[in-house]
Amino acid sequence: MKYFLRRILWLIFAIFVALTINFILPRLMPGDPATILIQRLEGLEPSAIEAVRTAFGLETDKNIVIQYWDYLVNLAHGDLGISISHYPTPVWDVLKKALPWTIGLMGLSTIFSFVIGTFIGIGIAWKRKSKISDAILGLFLFIRSFPYFWFGLILVYFLAFNNPFFPLGGAHSTRLMPADGLAYFKSVLYHGFLPGLTITISSMGYWILTIRNNMINVLAEDYITVAKAKGLSASRIRNLYAAKNAILPSISGFAMALGFVIGGSLLTEMVFSYPGVGFMLFQAVQQQDYPLLQAIFLFIILGVLFSNFIADIVIMLLDPRVRDGGSR
Amino acid sequence: MIKDMLKLFISNKKALTGVIILIFFLTIAIFAPIIAPYGPKQSRDESGKFELRAEPSLKHPLGTSHAGYDLFSRLIYGTRLSLGVGISTGIITTFIALTLGLFSGYYGGVIDEIISFINNIFLVIPSLPLVIVVASYITIKGVLPIILVLSLTGWAWGTRVIRSQVLSVREREFVKVAEVLGEKPLIIVFREIFPNIISLVMATFFTSTIAAVIGEATLEFIGLGNLSTVTWGTMLYWAQNNAALLYNAWWWFLPPGLFIGLLGTSFALMNFAIDEISNPKIRKR
Repeated sequence: MKYFLRRILWLIFAIFVALTINFILPRLMPGDPATILIQRLEGLEPSAIEAVRTAFGLETDKNIVIQYWDYLVNLAHGDLGISISHYPTPVWDVLKKALPWTIGLMGLSTIFSFVIGTFIGIGIAWKRKSKISDAILGLFLFIRSFPYFWFGLILVYFLAFNNPFFPLGGAHSTRLMPADGLAYFKSVLYHGFLPGLTITISSMGYWILTIRNNMINVLAEDYITVAKAKGLSASRIRNLYAAKNAILPSISGFAMALGFVIGGSLLTEMVFSYPGVGFMLFQAVQQQDYPLLQAIFLFIILGVLFSNFIADIVIMLLDPRVRDGGSR
Repeated sequence: MIKDMLKLFISNKKALTGVIILIFFLTIAIFAPIIAPYGPKQSRDESGKFELRAEPSLKHPLGTSHAGYDLFSRLIYGTRLSLGVGISTGIITTFIALTLGLFSGYYGGVIDEIISFINNIFLVIPSLPLVIVVASYITIKGVLPIILVLSLTGWAWGTRVIRSQVLSVREREFVKVAEVLGEKPLIIVFREIFPNIISLVMATFFTSTIAAVIGEATLEFIGLGNLSTVTWGTMLYWAQNNAALLYNAWWWFLPPGLFIGLLGTSFALMNFAIDEISNPKIRKR
């Protein structure tokens, strides 16, 4: 329980810090991007310019503490400002459309990657003296060294452009609506396949390596030797004695890795023009839509913090040392 | 001790492969003007302007770009900045991580509390989105801002690992003995503790260099770099923004990515080897 409380406190505090960073960042930047932006916005309506000024803390008549308070109050009301590139749509309405795509794509790909990668890792650690294990490990070390976006480009080139097995971009056929039911669902899966494959394969190396190293450490433990001496079956030793103990660090690494996976997914979406948060971030960067940019950043941090929290809770449920010890 | 490590390192097959790949890239970077047939921004020679979007040929081994630049020469020259940014960022990041990790782990107390706290926050903030946001606010585009942004956002992981290793090393007998003998803390840190964490420091350097090479390429690919510089990242940007796919110009976007991946693999292999050497359980018997 003490552990649980500590994690909750940390979560709340981290969220607070994230909000503060999001507030401070644009105000710290040299070269005054806001003024440049406002010059570029000359033609826009006054209320849009006002939104930018607020986002950048250009309301020099208010002091920074009041600005900060206003910022928190606005956030509490779900007011993230007005998007410049989608003017006059509020940022939240723009973001709302992108979130489900990213959560679906990334969530599923990450789960696939974790499960498949962990199985492969257990396998190659168990047979680590074989040439095949070495080859698989080498292959994934190699794949892991490529930028996700490049891997995505290659898949687009070979499987969508040269041989049109899959669509070039988008999240579903433009002719279908959610009301079309199964046809729409199929189209979503079909469009999500290549981006999903990119994320799954690119991130799998991490899971393989993590579980493999843990497995090898566990396999050197005395109780494994005892289990072998007792004549237990190989699969029993592998699954119940070794893998079960080796998987914990993989789960606690899950949240940490999520940061990388999110970064990679953002880029994957850009390559596939997948209408999620990543593609939106790309557009926000290109059109210098700072309010949108900030909101996306905030959501990404919040997403990571919450996944982190969930991973901590899972660890608590699985590991009696954490559950009863209270400290980590 | 350090000599033994080096010997072990070179005798490791993975490490050796990594070192060879790295030497390959260093050679390309240093001798770029000799290897590359043309300059990175040369679009004509004595016989006139280069053909635009030419396919690979003897004259242009990797074809030419939309502006008539020889892509092979760009790839070769691009190695300089890509490798340079990667290694400088790796060095700065490792330096930050080492300093913070040593202080935090050795002194403990309030210093440790403060550093660990900031560290934990930086660990959970996903670095790529942070880098993108910071880079998009910076109005001066160039290589230096990229190095700065990547270094200032990339030190957290290294600090955490180095700190925990320092924490365990400082409890060992030889450190205690040095303390009893009245050695100054700085001398203990550098003479007694540092040699024992050197493999971790190297691992941190390799990891952060890979991250920087990929990070740089990513920023430039999105268009947040200085587009007038020639790097693997800007090559990919131009390829993407000039519809290299539509022209079926695989020779435009395939090689820069392969180079990034190969360089990354080289560091990953060396990293892996260090892991094997310093953790006898993972080492094959």
